[in-house]
Amino acid sequence: MQDDIFEISGKKLSSRLFIGTGKYASDHMIPEVCKSTGACVITVALRRVDFNAITDNVMKHIPSHMQLMPNTSGARTSDEAIRIARLARATGCGNWIKIEVITDNKYLLPDGYQTAKATEILTKEGFAVFPYINPDLYVARDLVNAGAVAIMPLGAPIGSNRGIRTEEMINILIDDIDLPIIVDAGIGKPSHACQAMEAGADACLVNTAIATSENPILMCKAFADAIRAGRNAFLAKAGATSQLASASSPLTGFIHNDEGLQ
Amino acid sequence: MSFYSVLEQYQEHDIEIITGSINQQTVLRSLNKNTLTIEDFAALISPAALPCLEQIAQKSHDITRRYFGNTIHLFTPMYLSNYCNNRCLYCGFNHDTQIERYQMNVDEVENEAKVIASTGLKHILILTGDAPEKASISYLQSCCDVLKQYFSSISIEIYALEKKNYETLIESGVDGLTIYQETYNKKLYDKLHPTGPKKKYIFRLDAPQRGAEAGMRNVTIGTLLGLDSWRKDIFFTALHASWLEKHYPETEISIALPRIRPYYGYYQPEYQVSDQDMVQMIIAIRVFLPRCGITISTRERASFRNNTIRLGVTKMSAGSTTAVGGHSLSNQHNQFEISDKRSVEQMAAYLEQNNVQPLFKDWERF
Repeated sequence: MQDDIFEISGKKLSSRLFIGTGKYASDHMIPEVCKSTGACVITVALRRVDFNAITDNVMKHIPSHMQLMPNTSGARTSDEAIRIARLARATGCGNWIKIEVITDNKYLLPDGYQTAKATEILTKEGFAVFPYINPDLYVARDLVNAGAVAIMPLGAPIGSNRGIRTEEMINILIDDIDLPIIVDAGIGKPSHACQAMEAGADACLVNTAIATSENPILMCKAFADAIRAGRNAFLAKAGATSQLASASSPLTGFIHNDEGLQ
Repeated sequence: MSFYSVLEQYQEHDIEIITGSINQQTVLRSLNKNTLTIEDFAALISPAALPCLEQIAQKSHDITRRYFGNTIHLFTPMYLSNYCNNRCLYCGFNHDTQIERYQMNVDEVENEAKVIASTGLKHILILTGDAPEKASISYLQSCCDVLKQYFSSISIEIYALEKKNYETLIESGVDGLTIYQETYNKKLYDKLHPTGPKKKYIFRLDAPQRGAEAGMRNVTIGTLLGLDSWRKDIFFTALHASWLEKHYPETEISIALPRIRPYYGYYQPEYQVSDQDMVQMIIAIRVFLPRCGITISTRERASFRNNTIRLGVTKMSAGSTTAVGGHSLSNQHNQFEISDKRSVEQMAAYLEQNNVQPLFKDWERF
């Protein structure tokens, strides 16, 4: 089999597991997390980065080979997201930006309208925009038209670890949207990530499930394996499934009888 | 619409009788729900929940880790002024208390900011007494102009304002509001606040709402635990927080749990609040309101604070002083005695040693 390289925004990625930097007991774990997952892309919340920190700074712990994907966590409007994105680029974090606009702190669900507005403006400014959305076909189409480089639908609300609860909607995006689909949020176990990959998602972003496990480094490996397994299963094209057994008295068997067919 | 209309519906209910009649089966049923109602919260704070505290704590711990990770957000208070027109019976800055009054000028605020910022803290909570003729909106604006240079987030814990004044301060760089109702018991509130602008119960009750409407990113509410029965006040605090979450989804709502501390005065709290009571409150709030911030201040002992880190607490003050200019001026009077006297560095080191990341910065004015 040929190497399964994931190419996005001009970058060739050898791993389809994207990771985050939040919720770890210590930022010192980040290099080992990068190594153990084999991930190439890491997202970081600009709201928590203090470039002038006299205390620790998360950016110091991110290995230089990682592709940074700053995110706009904390933004409540498209304007805030845009300002965060511009600051990210101005401070040397590159032009990849994950747009998160959340106007509901209770459920932490993304605001599709504000996200689309920010995406439209930022793509014109040359950003590679990765919008985080509810898996809504219409919003996804707007984002395609706005110039997003991928769509990041949620599997379940952030931090819920509840798995791919939006499976049917994500499947529609996988079928219909001609951009990479990166499942983000809600993935609580490696089996959830595997499920998404098997269904044809191009990648998964996993943070909480790794950062809050009892053994994050072992969990990194488990997720890396699950992503590979799911991807391979997708490429191998699983056999058709059926809810019915093969009938021992087939209804159409007469077709093959000499007397049955005229 | 005001939260007062919700509160009024409960005027006839005696929360202690309600929580006293709950049995353990009800507690377990409430605990096992995915989404809890205020009645479920009442079950979790009931005496019947005491044998289940460990189970509730485990759930609270899991929820906290999922939503907030292995982190504790650190901040510190900065007392700007202790002039006050109120006569709150329980407060060390009560108008009648014979202490030296002082308000820092902008240069002194800057000196204080430098000392605090040198600890690495990026989030500051500024406090004043209730004396708008001294600590005016324009004075606070001047302070914010200075503080913005040192801190990425500024919260206020001052007298209740009209919405337009909150808007003015937001424009000056404030993004968080902390305001305590002190007690939801209206009769007791009236007694504890004999005169002064704070006497207006409903005006204070609606202040968190006005702050959220003005655009505050964070609103923290709470009562002074020990003024009334804790079960009553925490029930209404949770009800209030839940109401704010529902009506102002853009605002991050937090609950702070200050227990009354000794101060320079004669008021003795009528009710005792034990460590076990505090634990029950923390874990019940977390299970009822998974996304709600929970703050424990340096009023509490270091050992107790250490033990609450894994229960559901998300924010802690550190390196605190409750005196005006307490970091850079000498001989100032404390509002109350702090208990956990660890420096920011010591607090951060303790957290790191216990696999919890101290968060110094969680927001800035983008």
